[in-house]
Amino acid sequence: MSKDLGELFLHRIRDAKKRRELSWWEKIYLREVARGLWLTSWHFWRNLFLHIAHRVGLFRDIPASVTIQYPDQSRETSPRLRTRHRLTQREDGSPRCVACMLCETVCPARCIYITPKEHPDPNIEKMPASFDIDLGKCVYCGYCVEVCPEDAIRMDTQIHTIAAYSREEMLLHLPELLNPGSTTRQGNSPLPAP
Amino acid sequence: MVTELLIKLALTAFFILGLVLNFAGLLTWVERKQSAIMQDRVGANRAIFQIHGWWARPINFVIRKIAGLGLLHPLADALKMMAKEDFIPAQGQRLLHTLAPFVSVFFALVTFAAIPFGDTLNVGGRAINLQIAKMDIGLLYILAMASLGIYGVFLAGVSSGNNYAYLGGVRAAAQMLAYEIAMGVSLLGILIWYGTLELQQMVRLQGGTWFGWIPRWGVFVQPVGFIIFLTAAIAETKRVPFDLPEGESEIIGYFVEYSGMKFGMFFLTDFVETVLVACLATTLFFGGWQVPYLYADGWHLPWGAAARLPHLAVVGLQLASFTFKVAGFLWLQMLIRWTLPRFRFDQLVRLGWKGLFPVSLANIVVTAIVVVALK
Repeated sequence: MSKDLGELFLHRIRDAKKRRELSWWEKIYLREVARGLWLTSWHFWRNLFLHIAHRVGLFRDIPASVTIQYPDQSRETSPRLRTRHRLTQREDGSPRCVACMLCETVCPARCIYITPKEHPDPNIEKMPASFDIDLGKCVYCGYCVEVCPEDAIRMDTQIHTIAAYSREEMLLHLPELLNPGSTTRQGNSPLPAP
Repeated sequence: MVTELLIKLALTAFFILGLVLNFAGLLTWVERKQSAIMQDRVGANRAIFQIHGWWARPINFVIRKIAGLGLLHPLADALKMMAKEDFIPAQGQRLLHTLAPFVSVFFALVTFAAIPFGDTLNVGGRAINLQIAKMDIGLLYILAMASLGIYGVFLAGVSSGNNYAYLGGVRAAAQMLAYEIAMGVSLLGILIWYGTLELQQMVRLQGGTWFGWIPRWGVFVQPVGFIIFLTAAIAETKRVPFDLPEGESEIIGYFVEYSGMKFGMFFLTDFVETVLVACLATTLFFGGWQVPYLYADGWHLPWGAAARLPHLAVVGLQLASFTFKVAGFLWLQMLIRWTLPRFRFDQLVRLGWKGLFPVSLANIVVTAIVVVALK
């Protein structure tokens, strides 16, 4: 059995390397050209009809193209997608982060900078005095989310536009991380709803 | 004499500026949009400008509508071409390098002189032949001018002082040689059938019908000749699938050292040649300005119905018919350009010499035998 199977695979490999012999109709190329032109012209007339129909308000539910016109429309993204970071808050609005430095330690790009300080509540060990993420370095691996024992950092803001005009603007500070999109970073305003 | 000259000038302005160059300019838009629609995309629609001021609101509305269709992109293209630096490489030959695009576009444009775009127009007691130059050797003239176009391409390759451009020019020369002959020979069949080289005469002979309903168009007597002609002519335009002389993105063509408006002229040449092929295919094989069942005095439909039409309406319909057919062929060429992949160079030369050339010779023999037998 195993020998037969091996032979079969050998044949398969050998046959795959051989080029299929073209038939006479394929060799003169005309029929194949006609078939190709038929396919593309079918797409052309169908899409042209739909584009015109959309203009007058018909068949709006059938898309005429697969294009997402990016700055005007944005794509539906999966909630699992790793997008820009945010820091979760306690009920009183302070960060859940206890400045344990695990994320800063695990970060392979070394883009997280935490300065810890004492928390006024003696039950909580520490809190971040500052928490900066340099998006210019971040590789979006999600290790910080994975490693956090307090569920204090998440990557679920669905913000993909991280471009900025300077390196300083690529640095996210604590207020921006706590309330994503609240502070105006140039070139980083959230997209208008499609 | 002066009136004659003015009429000729008016005809030239109408046909070359009004039809050919407009088509060529619009083809950049058609190329973008048609390819997009064929490939389920939206296509270029972002070039836009707005005029400031409350009074400009209606103008801005119109501009927005036009820009939404992507029609401002040709304008943006032209502005970009003119604003770019006109660069001549240090190793290049200044004179020839500058001359090449002009040669290229000149021979593409003069070819249109022999193409008839309408029947005789009788107006104000004067019979105007709607053709820029009536030549007894019209077809030969067109083939000759189309062949001279190669000089522009080859000069561009040679004078750039760039080995890649040189190779591109050589590829262009080899390709033109292989397809020029097949194209000329494929037209001999239709020449034997109609017995004239004058294109207006040829179009007139395509009027009328066989059996009362098939128009006497060249394509029905020369289907093989038509396919060979179309293939060879598309190869002459140097566009995909025969774009080995250019191959902008991959194999570097003859105009690699050109920038600005000179590059634009090579680009324009391609589109003008596309229009030329459409005009030639219309004139030689699809009845030129003839409208099926429309005669000088009006409609005569196959089932016996007839309607009289004034002379100007007939001429207008014929002009519209010519434009419509040319537009149809432009659409077909765009479809071919965006459907078929590029040939390998050996495949291309083999197709020219071993495929199209022998078949066109056989086509002549068969046509000659049929013509003699019918007499």
